[in-house]
Amino acid sequence: MHIPDGFIDVQTSAIFAGLAAAGVATALKGARTQLDEKTAPLAGLTAVFIFAVQMLNFPVAAGTSGHLLGGALAAVLVGPWAATLALAVVLIMQGFLFADGGLTAIGLNVFNMGVIGVWAGYGIFLVLRKILPKNKSSISLAAAIGGLLSVPAAAVGFTIQYAMGATATFSVSTVLGAMVGTHILIGIGEAFITGLTVSAVLASRSDLVYGWKNNVQKLEIRSAH
Amino acid sequence: MLTNRKFYLSGLVVSLFLAGVISFYASSSPDGLEKVANDIGFIQTAKEHSNSKGTLADYGVKGIQNERASVGVAGVIGVVGTAIVAGLGFRLLARKPKKDRN
Repeated sequence: MHIPDGFIDVQTSAIFAGLAAAGVATALKGARTQLDEKTAPLAGLTAVFIFAVQMLNFPVAAGTSGHLLGGALAAVLVGPWAATLALAVVLIMQGFLFADGGLTAIGLNVFNMGVIGVWAGYGIFLVLRKILPKNKSSISLAAAIGGLLSVPAAAVGFTIQYAMGATATFSVSTVLGAMVGTHILIGIGEAFITGLTVSAVLASRSDLVYGWKNNVQKLEIRSAH
Repeated sequence: MLTNRKFYLSGLVVSLFLAGVISFYASSSPDGLEKVANDIGFIQTAKEHSNSKGTLADYGVKGIQNERASVGVAGVIGVVGTAIVAGLGFRLLARKPKKDRN
């Protein structure tokens, strides 16, 4: 999913660099009010974990692999604002240090994975959380399905960029079909990793999980300690 | 409930293990976008990364011949680097302005 230099022309890359920068600036504002000294370390750990797991490409279909994007996972763990920032840090490290994702394409990549992936995943999570019973398994399931659909959503993001400024001339609908089809398969892996990780953190430190505590905090009486 | 110390330490150890050890076993097939670009034919429009000769390019450390060690060390550097940047960044961001002293 990391777009290299050259796929998308410079003008379109610049537009998305602007959009990504606006997204990050808004996220900085939002995260400032959302995070506190207790939850900030989890945001850091989330970025670290996403970096690590993005190295683990898993096979999906013949000759194709995929890896976690992590937008839905991060949004459920630390909230959507901090999630965008965590993804931006990971993508910038990858682009500059590991030559993964083109440097002129950083805006495209931050927009697809750090804005679309995060908000698509989080939006679906919120809808499912409302419908499902109020327990921890529902939170993990909602996160998993958010993760599943966030991957094709990010693939649609690429297709929009391709439609606006591809340097190649293949039809947009061909690209759309192939991108969405392949990324639904990758989304299944995303769903597993997201669901398992959220349930592991819920089992060990549910008090830190954004998508859980801002749902039940008002209903639950906790012993202070 | 794990204590803070245990929780963050285990998270860091798991990340180090995944990036430092398990990454060697990751699939090297093209990822979804590369595959699509290949199948449809726009892969040729990709330009070489401007940093493709960098010390850590493509998740390997230049100069380490052993592939397992090369990707493992690159992964550990990435985890530690991300921990420093994101750890400090989020901490600064979360710091609330103190009301004078006390």
